[in-house]
Amino acid sequence: MSTNEALLLAVLASSFLPGLVIFILPEQQVALRTTLNLLGAFSKLGLVIVLLAGVYQDQTYTFRHVVLPGLELALKADALGLLFITLSAILWLLTTLYAIGYLEGAPHRSRFFGFFSLCVTATMGIAMAGNLFTFFIFYELLTLSTFPLVVHRGTDKAMQGGTVYLRYTLFGGALLLAGIVWLHHLLGHTEFAHAGIVASLGAEHTGSLKLIFLLLIAGIGVKAALVPLHGWLPQAMVAPAPVSALLHAVAVVKAGAFGIARVVYEVYGVEFAQSLNLLLPLALVAAITILWGSLRALFQDDLKKRLAFSTVSQVAYIALGLALFGPVATVGGLVHQGIMKITLFFCAGNYAETLGIHKVSEMNGAGRRMPLTTLAFSIAALGMMGAPFTAGAISKAWLMDGAEAAGSPWAVWVLWTSSLLNAAYFLPILWRAWFKEAKTWPHEHIPARGWRETGWLLLLPPLLTAVATLAAGIFADSSISPLAWAQLITEREYLTRQP
Amino acid sequence: MSTGLLFALVGAALFPMGVAGLLVQRHLLRRILAFNLMGSGAFLILVGLAQRQDVADPVPQAMVLTGIVVAVAATALALALTRRLYALTGRLELPDVEHD
Amino acid sequence: MTEALLDPLPGLILLPLAWGIAAFLLGPGRGAAPAIVTLSLQFLFCLQLTHQVLADGPATHPVGGWGAPLGIDLMADGLATAMLLLTQAVALPLAVYARAYFRPGAPEARHFWPLFGLLLAGLNGLFLSADLFNVYVTLELVGLAAVGLVAMGGGAGQIAAALRYLFATLLGSGAYLLGVALIYGSYGSVSITTLEPLVAAHAPTLVGLAGGLMLLGLMLKTALFPFHFWLPPAHGGAAAPVSALLSALVVKASFYLILRLWLGPLAPLSALHPLLPWLPALLGTAAIFWGSWKAIRALRLKMMIAYSTVAQLGYLFLIFPLLGALGGLQAGIMQAFAHGLAKAAMFAAAGVLIKATGQDTIAGLAGAAQKLPLTLFAFGLAGVTLMGLPPSAGFLAKWQLIEAALGQDCWLIALVALAGGLLAAVYVFRVLRQAFLLTAPESSLQPVPRSLEWAAFALASASVLLGLRGVELMQLLHVGWAG
Repeated sequence: MSTNEALLLAVLASSFLPGLVIFILPEQQVALRTTLNLLGAFSKLGLVIVLLAGVYQDQTYTFRHVVLPGLELALKADALGLLFITLSAILWLLTTLYAIGYLEGAPHRSRFFGFFSLCVTATMGIAMAGNLFTFFIFYELLTLSTFPLVVHRGTDKAMQGGTVYLRYTLFGGALLLAGIVWLHHLLGHTEFAHAGIVASLGAEHTGSLKLIFLLLIAGIGVKAALVPLHGWLPQAMVAPAPVSALLHAVAVVKAGAFGIARVVYEVYGVEFAQSLNLLLPLALVAAITILWGSLRALFQDDLKKRLAFSTVSQVAYIALGLALFGPVATVGGLVHQGIMKITLFFCAGNYAETLGIHKVSEMNGAGRRMPLTTLAFSIAALGMMGAPFTAGAISKAWLMDGAEAAGSPWAVWVLWTSSLLNAAYFLPILWRAWFKEAKTWPHEHIPARGWRETGWLLLLPPLLTAVATLAAGIFADSSISPLAWAQLITEREYLTRQP
Repeated sequence: MSTGLLFALVGAALFPMGVAGLLVQRHLLRRILAFNLMGSGAFLILVGLAQRQDVADPVPQAMVLTGIVVAVAATALALALTRRLYALTGRLELPDVEHD
Repeated sequence: MTEALLDPLPGLILLPLAWGIAAFLLGPGRGAAPAIVTLSLQFLFCLQLTHQVLADGPATHPVGGWGAPLGIDLMADGLATAMLLLTQAVALPLAVYARAYFRPGAPEARHFWPLFGLLLAGLNGLFLSADLFNVYVTLELVGLAAVGLVAMGGGAGQIAAALRYLFATLLGSGAYLLGVALIYGSYGSVSITTLEPLVAAHAPTLVGLAGGLMLLGLMLKTALFPFHFWLPPAHGGAAAPVSALLSALVVKASFYLILRLWLGPLAPLSALHPLLPWLPALLGTAAIFWGSWKAIRALRLKMMIAYSTVAQLGYLFLIFPLLGALGGLQAGIMQAFAHGLAKAAMFAAAGVLIKATGQDTIAGLAGAAQKLPLTLFAFGLAGVTLMGLPPSAGFLAKWQLIEAALGQDCWLIALVALAGGLLAAVYVFRVLRQAFLLTAPESSLQPVPRSLEWAAFALASASVLLGLRGVELMQLLHVGWAG
């Protein structure tokens, strides 16, 4: 096995192996567990940096393993996948730190961190999958490893949320499997390739291809929470805050969005999908999801539920962008939205852990008691609205430009309406937190010590991601920004190699 | 009508009788007897059908001999289990299937 | 004798017979050590045989040098070798499990080891038989040993389950024997290979009747819906290692025979009418839905697993309309492997949970499930295979089944396979969720030997790992494939 092959496996192993060991660690072994967690997270980050440098220099990384005659497990690291991998690796590290602080003293931590590591392994696998078969393996692994995290608290409500989550995702998995096997049957393979692979099939398969597209998008759309397949996401909010952060920003929802990108660009190919009239319906579903999610968010008093519906709406930006304008839009969604959403969930977790605040109506004066957390929250919320100097401004600008260029003025309207709705459900929170008078908190768990309004492991991750939100906005033109990488993806994989 | 065919016809009559007994009867001893009836029917058919040319074919004879050994073993096991069930419950019938 | 022991074909029959008899002579409850040692040897034999079959094609052995028709021929093609491999691979970890499960001198374990040896000798003999009558003898041997194992516990419920099982199995083999008699009467031969061209050339109505009787009898023994009535009490009531053996291996033996007959001597008959292969598929579909429904409703853990067996056996019969291509057979055998390994693991894990809590209801497991993470993990992995989720052998089986179905325009079968996986998820997660419940009843657990947990885990891992490498198994099935 060459180094390049081994590197891909090492990226998976750096979270998989610590996960397995953590499972069998006794509950009291806090130091060893933390060491393993961080060792895994840091070594993964290191490996990803090596990969990044390699891919930048146009090295190819592939790993293939024959499972059955004619059926191969394939891993590859291309520019698009690597973007997702890097995002996941960084956010995993931060979320791990946050979770260590958040779950201090809580029961079942070995189980939690074990599944947490498996979940990240699955996400990495999704990002590196070289064909739909491999994609599906990790996609279902993600379902299986997130279920224990969703029901982690073990309350009736948690079990109920977990059951809804399973119902949606397993059903989506069945649809996806049907689509993949069908495609495999028609083509003999399901490799991802630039500009797609299905165009070679003759015109007599057009009907089948349309149906397969529907199956694939419906199956993946469950995880991407496209309306009407989004029902599980608000229910899954019963999970502990780090899990919600992970689910929304890194793992599940993003895996769905990423999967749609792979299907549209590397299975069907934009032009072929366009010729089958598949992209407009997808764009419409995405537009409905954007508006519906924003509208529902407006009426949620539960902070995490409001964020959940906001995710429903925001992830659909990615789908809309994919369907209408091109791969740069995926970056706006994937990276920028990931960073901002995780900040919001970290902060929501901080309010709940520190002051017992779960509802928007309880937020009055929280900004004075927890200025740093609220600052981070405000930056991310403003970013979500597309305020200047934030990552959100860049992605919205790209989406608007794309919508104009693609000649879809209705999409511009959708984006504007959604921005207004974003403001309508985020600004009241900021107003309450900063300008309303404080009363007593529902339940103050962690007392303030000087400038430290809460535990430092809880504080550090949201501050870092808030800074990243600003940095991605201000330094968008620099060569190491996510945007620059997105342009690399576009140049390298979609423009130059299209026929 | 040759002897072989007669054997086979008798076997063909015995076999369904045995099957019916096995399915319909509830008393365990009757069911065990019914099983033996069924087995004998099959053996008669095996020997009878193979002997149409009035030349003794040794292969089915050997098979039936083996089959009888198997049937005796099965009967012994069934009787032992029946005795045990009788000792435990005092009944010679199988209880109704519990719905679980 | 020594020569026969070194040849894998007779060795695989003689070795388990030898350690079975040795265990009997050693006295009640004893004989675990020789069994485990010899089983390892059997496993090596199987690997050697696999290698040999892959390299040189089907292997044969005339027992005692007599040769057919007076002597008995043993034959191992790819299909038979695959089943032998599954049998030894399941039996070896289960032997380790049983050794720790049955306390030495426990009355319920007095005859386990001799019966286990006998059962394996019968199973291996069945897979290696090249003639229909020898199949009958081994079939009875397997049936009688299995009934003995069910009855071993000695309780009234177990005896009743054993008797019900005995009558079902005797009825099944009786029908099979009558079929053999009619076939011999028509063709004067019982050799499977000799019969194939004879039946193809000329098949009177009598032979059709014979084929129907044989298949019906074997379906009864495989517990295909609606003949499944005997299975849940027998499999759900026996001791855990016994349930594992029965569910994983014994029902597969009669399934193997159905397959063997369907592909071999009865192939011309099954091709008579295009709807004929749909009959087993229809019953299989009914089995999947009915078995899953009963498993979802079951209150007792082992009953749930037993009904899951009824459902999973249904998948095996979905392949019959697809047997025109090798893909159908491959899907079926992958499913047999997946279910064999996973169901053995699941019963083994259930045994641990039941031993630890001292009771058998699903609702009462919460405490044990949280304190025995390795066992729960084993149960979960086995569940992943049964649900057909990746990466597992069950997933590959489902994939192959769907692809074969699409390849032959039988999309209904693909739908049933997908729906069955979702139903399996319902009953598997009924158990898994117990591990996450907040209010775990504080119960004092009995200590459980670690080797029990690890044996269950090994079986479950095997069912998952096969999902990452199925190439060799699939190549094996090419050997002896006629179509």
